[in-house]
Amino acid sequence: MEKFTDDDVIVCRCEDVTLGQIREVIRRGYTDPEEIKRITRAGMGPCQGKTCRDIIIREVARITGKRIDEIPVPTYRPPSKPIKVGLLAEESD
Amino acid sequence: MRKTEVLVVGGGPAGLSAAIAAASMGAKVLLVDDGLKLGGQLVKQTHKFFGSHRQSAGVRGIKIAGMLLSDIEKLKDKIEVVSNTTATGYYQDDGVVTAMTGEDVYMKIKSERVIIATGASERMLTFPNNDLPGVYGAGAVQTLMNVYGIVPGDRVLMVGAGNIGLIVSYQLMQANVEVATVVEAMPYIGGYLVHASKIRRLGVPIYTSHTILEVYGKDAVEAAAIVKLDSKWQPIPSTKRILNVDTVCLSVGLSPLIELLWQAGCKMKYVPQLGGNVVLRDKYMRTSRRDIFVAGDVAGIEEATSAMLEGKLAGLIAASDLGYAYDGWEADREDTLSSLEELRRGPLSEKIRSGLKEVVVEW
Repeated sequence: MEKFTDDDVIVCRCEDVTLGQIREVIRRGYTDPEEIKRITRAGMGPCQGKTCRDIIIREVARITGKRIDEIPVPTYRPPSKPIKVGLLAEESD
Repeated sequence: MRKTEVLVVGGGPAGLSAAIAAASMGAKVLLVDDGLKLGGQLVKQTHKFFGSHRQSAGVRGIKIAGMLLSDIEKLKDKIEVVSNTTATGYYQDDGVVTAMTGEDVYMKIKSERVIIATGASERMLTFPNNDLPGVYGAGAVQTLMNVYGIVPGDRVLMVGAGNIGLIVSYQLMQANVEVATVVEAMPYIGGYLVHASKIRRLGVPIYTSHTILEVYGKDAVEAAAIVKLDSKWQPIPSTKRILNVDTVCLSVGLSPLIELLWQAGCKMKYVPQLGGNVVLRDKYMRTSRRDIFVAGDVAGIEEATSAMLEGKLAGLIAASDLGYAYDGWEADREDTLSSLEELRRGPLSEKIRSGLKEVVVEW
């Protein structure tokens, strides 16, 4: 039988990042979700991690044997959805 | 820059109740909501609510939305509603909230008090082919059917036997869609027995200690495999079964949408009973930032009835901070508080009560 979760499963749909890629960077020692975000771009697409954030945190916990509350939460940086640069430029006050 | 006294982010049961309460006190309210229509999840809830009659038990969710909206309408000289608008950020240095209407209007909002009632998002599971068309969140299916009148497919595998999974299964059947099976990874059914019995009577099996293993298909879902889990949550290979389904519905929990609270620097804690990271708050829903309140699922995954009561509390206190009041509002506040306690008294609320113990503080 296939493994329960396959390395080919897409974790971050916005940036096309697979579970295998996430596991690979965790094995290389990147166990802070903020680092994982910056290296793989998971969570940096249009939805800003609404799907992958929890999955990545769970995966870090599983591989490192830590509790979920011990895993640091990556920054929720505004804007929470894409905004055209032109709109930002217009809004001056 | 738009200025207001009370900004409410989110127009679901919590946000609407908060806006109504704050405006009833006399405060000027701006309500922003990302939907095209107000009401949040209520507008797709065609089932009747439970609980006490004072909290609209026996009334369908969509009717409750209607009741709240008529209250909003009555207070329209106090409440300005901006729909199709997403709050995109909170900036701590000047306490400004940014928001975007559609994709073409961007605004900054400065408010004396902010009530965050952003709700929650659906959780995802990792299994092969989970990105094939035909794999949905249960909430998305409910929206598709009950708001837009579109059925997702012909035969569905429902993953998760909490209340949402059970209710959406029943609503699929009401829409003439076959539900092949409901699987639940826990060894027991999480939702109310009355919902489970309803779909079982219609011949749909609910398998506990079972989960989805993978989905098959080329361009869309053609089949799905389910498997039994052992006591250590590991799949038992010999129990794998293939179901001919064209739709998979995931109802595996909700995650509070805490971005704005996080950006505002509100103190948080990871409380799995409440769905993940949630903010610390006092019993009146005030966060560690004196000017910011929370209400509803963003404060901890619960249900619409508690969300409305929390919203009312937040709205009353936020307006009272600004010097507003109406005759008897304090009695109303205490009454709301005791309704909330009463609602959470039952054995089914044990998980909520244990979660709240960790986050309800005194400032």
